[in-house]
Amino acid sequence: MTTAVQDILERKSQAVAPDPKRAPTHDIRETLYELEAKGEIILQRVPEPFVEVITKYGRTKRIPIEHTWHHKSCGQCGHIPGYTSSVYWLHRQFNLDFLDPTDQTSCTGWNYYASATSNAVAQAAVMVRNFAAAYETGYFPLIHCGTSYGHYKEIREQLVHHKSLRDEVRRVLDKLGKPLVLPEEIVHYSEWVHVMRHRIAERQRVDLSMLTATVHPACHYYKIVAEDAIYDPDIYGGQRTATVTATLEALGIHVADYSTWFDCCGFGFRHILVQRDFTRSFAVLRKIETMKQEVDPDLTVTHDTGCVTTLDKSQFAAKAHERKVGIPVLSDAQVAALAMGAHPFRVIQFHWHSTDWRPLLEKIGVDWRRYWEEFQEDLEAIRAGKKAGITWQEADQPVL
Amino acid sequence: MPTTLDTWHPGKPVSRHPDVPYEEKQRLFLEVKNDPRYEDFLYGCYECGICVSACPSARFYDFSPRVIAQAMAREDVERVYDIIAEDIWNCAQCFSCLRCPRGNNPGGLVTLLREVAVRNGLRETRDVLQGYSRVIYKVMLKGNQVSPDMLQPDFFPDWGPWVAQFSANMAVWRKAIPVDTLRGVTDAAWKTDRKTLLELYTIWFETGNMDIIKEVDEGLYDLLMDVMQEELEEG
Ligand code: SF4
Ligand code: SF4
Repeated sequence: MTTAVQDILERKSQAVAPDPKRAPTHDIRETLYELEAKGEIILQRVPEPFVEVITKYGRTKRIPIEHTWHHKSCGQCGHIPGYTSSVYWLHRQFNLDFLDPTDQTSCTGWNYYASATSNAVAQAAVMVRNFAAAYETGYFPLIHCGTSYGHYKEIREQLVHHKSLRDEVRRVLDKLGKPLVLPEEIVHYSEWVHVMRHRIAERQRVDLSMLTATVHPACHYYKIVAEDAIYDPDIYGGQRTATVTATLEALGIHVADYSTWFDCCGFGFRHILVQRDFTRSFAVLRKIETMKQEVDPDLTVTHDTGCVTTLDKSQFAAKAHERKVGIPVLSDAQVAALAMGAHPFRVIQFHWHSTDWRPLLEKIGVDWRRYWEEFQEDLEAIRAGKKAGITWQEADQPVL
Repeated sequence: MPTTLDTWHPGKPVSRHPDVPYEEKQRLFLEVKNDPRYEDFLYGCYECGICVSACPSARFYDFSPRVIAQAMAREDVERVYDIIAEDIWNCAQCFSCLRCPRGNNPGGLVTLLREVAVRNGLRETRDVLQGYSRVIYKVMLKGNQVSPDMLQPDFFPDWGPWVAQFSANMAVWRKAIPVDTLRGVTDAAWKTDRKTLLELYTIWFETGNMDIIKEVDEGLYDLLMDVMQEELEEG
């Protein structure tokens, strides 16, 4: 090995503690404060209580603990509802004040990335309409979807850099009687889980220390406007985002590394809906099989809508081709809810996941049949019209 | 048409789409270049290929973010047209290529190229988006990209028997969710206020988004216009 290579390996082995003064990018918040001072925008402040975290270049970011306006994800609510209910269940366990709005649209970014049948002004107006709706309630936006989170951060940059875009968006917002509001920070729910991880661990009821997990960090969380993602010198030496991994480690799960961690999941936005040969091939060949061969984890955990869907649903067809698959896929919020004893079906809604999750529950000593039977009784009662549906009163109580 | 040794003339642009006049290709190129976001997405290119090594689409398609950055930077009008006609819909929009040491955003360039292709109703783009119309219908009207009722076995056969099991139980499974805004909702991801949807429709009209839909699918445009205008008139 040459000295130069040794030097690089040595540097890489040391934890990175970046100096914000040497950050290669401008801190966009400074421009936001200037625009606010000029009266160009309204800036919604992060409410107290908040926790400060370190982002990629050593800057701090404030993550609100409560008084949050939950900007839901259409892919989570539509196809993985246990994702959303786990986020809310965690908030309810800690008696935190939050709002689940009906005055919310999705960011429509999935469609934009899939078909481009929109434009910059429309996308910015959709975002600001949602932010203005949050501002009107006094609650601070907490973004559930990784794509909404990345998309909104990119739009925020465009709004800051292009006055013409601001003017156009303001014209459209005027028609709706809404002001041009931006939040001081754009915060992803997994950042909230991250800052809550030790409190979650304090209330942990289910031992997860026998589990090995792999983490798939979501592209639109840490690749788009990369400087805003959470990094921590204690996690991967500060060289990859700490979000998700730090949460799993706090819950006692062994996080194992695998060589294709940087690869996307294969979602493709358009591909997952109408060209899934690409999605399946990529998800299986580059992610699931690699994890299986290198680590053979009990589960893989991620923090975005598309990643959970892609990695979970792509495994069925691959199994028919005798590929090495069979890794259950969960979000960090679902794992946290599981650790705190949430009902596997009323809250975590395992039945919406298609890769077999039963071995995972058996390994941690959960008699899933018992809870499934209980849930079947719920379904029977709903079918018979004896109850309208499951309520929080039935779901709040930890059962594991 | 693949390039062969006979048709390969290094340094000379080869027209793979001779049916389209050069002026038209140049017009489209300038539309991309004049987008205000363009200057944030391309600063030149080292030809280092780091974007390609990170790119999922480059592994499974004849597709390269490096070529896109290069063609745009060299202002190779012919090659840019090839990319618009043949390549842009292969991109997974994952933005792994933001790893670019030059600060480029090849995925963002693809977004701009796609917008131009859609705005101009290019034949290849209309063909690609044909099977996707029902998703556009949903997102424009409901403000949600996906909904439980889209999970049908004929649409997702490769997701296994789970989809059939789900669709047979959809109504009752949706009621068995403790979240108030989700419980029982099957045609959207969550309950959305009518006022919110009317505001969304106003955004689509005010920002020219409906004109974009018209370019790619007139039938879909007519359908959407009927519903939205009626809703907005009712107020
Ligand atoms: S955004 Fe497109 S070009 Fe960039 S890495 Fe992803 S698939 Fe490749
Ligand atoms: S990573 Fe950047 S500089 Fe390197 S080839 Fe790709 S676009 Fe060019």
